[in-house]
Amino acid sequence: MAAEKMALAKAINESLRTALDADPKVLIMGEDVGKLGGVFRVTDGLQKDFGEDRVIDTPLAESGIVGTAIGLALRGYRPVVEIQFDGFVFPAYDQIVTQLAKMHARALGKIKLPVVIRIPYGGGIGAVEHHSESPEALFAHVAGLKVVSPSNSSDAYWMMQQAIQSNDPVIFFEPKRRYWDKSEVNTEAIPGPLHTARVLREGTDLTLAAYGPMVKVCLEAAAAAQEEGKSLEVLDLRSMSPIDFDSVQASVEKTRRLVVVHEAPVFLGTGAEIAARITERCFYHLEAPVLRVGGYHAPYPPARLEEEYLPGLDRVLDAVDRSLAY
Amino acid sequence: MTVESTAARKPRRSAGTKSAGSTAAKRTGAKKSPSTPGSEPELVQLLTPEGERVADATYDPYVADITPEELRGLYRDMVLTRRFDAEATSLQRQGELGLWASLLGQEAAQIGSGRATREDDYVFPTYREHGVAWCRGVDPTNLLGMFRGVNNGGWDPNTNNFHLYTIVIGSQTLHATGYAMGIAKDGADSAVIAYFGDGASSQGDVAESFTFSAVYNAPVVFFCQNNQWAISEPTEKQTRVPLYQRAQGYGFPGVRVDGNDVLACLAVTKWALERARRGEGPTLIEAFTYRMGAHTTSDDPTKYRADEERESWEAKDPILRLRTYLEAAHHADEGFFAELEAESEALGKRVREVVRAMPDPDHFAIFENAYADGHALVDEERAQFAAYQASFVAEGEGE
Ligand SMILES: Cc1ncc(C[n+]2csc(CCOP(=O)(O)OP(=O)(O)O)c2C)c(N)n1
Repeated sequence: MAAEKMALAKAINESLRTALDADPKVLIMGEDVGKLGGVFRVTDGLQKDFGEDRVIDTPLAESGIVGTAIGLALRGYRPVVEIQFDGFVFPAYDQIVTQLAKMHARALGKIKLPVVIRIPYGGGIGAVEHHSESPEALFAHVAGLKVVSPSNSSDAYWMMQQAIQSNDPVIFFEPKRRYWDKSEVNTEAIPGPLHTARVLREGTDLTLAAYGPMVKVCLEAAAAAQEEGKSLEVLDLRSMSPIDFDSVQASVEKTRRLVVVHEAPVFLGTGAEIAARITERCFYHLEAPVLRVGGYHAPYPPARLEEEYLPGLDRVLDAVDRSLAY
Repeated sequence: MTVESTAARKPRRSAGTKSAGSTAAKRTGAKKSPSTPGSEPELVQLLTPEGERVADATYDPYVADITPEELRGLYRDMVLTRRFDAEATSLQRQGELGLWASLLGQEAAQIGSGRATREDDYVFPTYREHGVAWCRGVDPTNLLGMFRGVNNGGWDPNTNNFHLYTIVIGSQTLHATGYAMGIAKDGADSAVIAYFGDGASSQGDVAESFTFSAVYNAPVVFFCQNNQWAISEPTEKQTRVPLYQRAQGYGFPGVRVDGNDVLACLAVTKWALERARRGEGPTLIEAFTYRMGAHTTSDDPTKYRADEERESWEAKDPILRLRTYLEAAHHADEGFFAELEAESEALGKRVREVVRAMPDPDHFAIFENAYADGHALVDEERAQFAAYQASFVAEGEGE
């Protein structure tokens, strides 16, 4: 297999398969990951091929899943655990925040915690409550964790490889509404570093910075803006911890305007950190304040309102207009 | 506090616990399913799958005075609940609901336990307790809003003492325990019942609720519907001992009841609620039953379970079993069944009509009730949202 068009979920599946094949210490753990292949089929067929000892159906207990993954990692394994949906990570939040994130530091760097926590996140699939949230800022805020999210199949494949090879815990947010989107994956290409942002579309008038599910919306917005004669640059951040501020800065020094887009609430979100840093770094380059587009300070709404809640093309373009009006 | 254990007084051991199997099976956790025909665990039963009434010295007193009318009532509850559930499933298929979690097969567990509650008791359900909601007098159409995606709850829990559905597995067992602790503090004699599944029994919250309820002697009944599956995972992926036996380790009784026997579920739940009211603390009831359908309408059970398993459980259908008994005992005639059939159809029709007419919520509902006392940031964002919405209207008018 070299270059091939693949759905994002399938790319993660292939990546997990490659990792299981390459390293006997890699384990897959989670609820329903075995026979069912996960509720999104991301682990489809892996238990069949690698057995119940490597692809482990766990009890329905998230604190247990992460807590035992920590123990397995201490014993030399590299567990990749699945949290079934974003809203169900919280029973494990204590283990992630108080234990997983801090153990390396507490052990004077003598132990490593190569645990990957896969979390399908975000809305747009018409689900019931707790199935559509974007809690990435809650993890990015915690020192000791790395937090990433791919936006396309190639990144899904490669970032998963890199996350599994990472000696630090990685929270791997999977944009669930993009699971079925197909794009090219080259399994032989040499990937860029895991935490480097990437310019997906060059532009000169304004930078749109996004990650995960919102990258597609921003690309569409840039295409729509093009028709109105505006040239937007689209930056896929790919990593929320660390954030590649150098790439954001380079883009903003060129375009002089920045709009950060994410599904998560704007208040104290990833966009807030980027706005503050870029204001600091690029104060004399900016023609407008850094604007943010994202969710409201309200619980994620029922499915019939999510179109209003989620940033779409119009809301992104509205922010673009506001920025350009300065 | 008296620590009484029914499990100790009256062993109800599952065949599944006797041998742990081969070493390989021990390592992988592979074990024979307790639901495998031939390894039926011992459980409280008052009505056999063939619809015969059997005696049980401990629990008969709790249904001794039940009238034929009440028996017909239980039957009616089960039939209407199943009809409602079937209607919701088809509404999902027609795109009217985003998702549905069917209770098919679990009617007896829910109606039996639900009818055991008193008006002043409080119920904490998970997300599949449509039959319990029915017993509590919740309009079934209220249950559909969340699944349609027009709200995240859909009813006032205090109207019927029926709490909101809880999606995060196991959380509500702690709320139930705390509520029960409050009842005890108030010196009231009502009780609380918390519902959850066999999968939920693995959650830390459930273990913690057992601890708290035992330590504070809280008047709470834990009603675990062991429907054999937690999505694709069989009960053996959650536990190596029958679930009801867990209670013993916390110091309160655990009982396994035939979850497809409405009479037994009624009797055992009444017994447990009365214990709670008398100040004797919590009880764990494991209703041994079966989820006949998919986990939810998004699930595909053919990926993980065999058809024969469902077929073996169909023979234990809770509704058929009571019907056979009612007919044999001449407690119901053709007229009753015909009338109920018509009532079912009418319910189905009403549910269909109400759901189809259910409007999408107002856009500003996003900001409603985020806080009880209001919040400046929410006000600001609501105003921005309003201005943004208005800009479209204005542009539209200008064209
Ligand atoms: C904390 C949490 N983790 C995962 C899920 C996803 N999930 C929804 S239902 C379910 C299985 C529940 O099984 P069980 O407790 O046996 O109840 P049942 O649905 O069979 O009645 C899972 C894993 C969830 N809702 N909450």
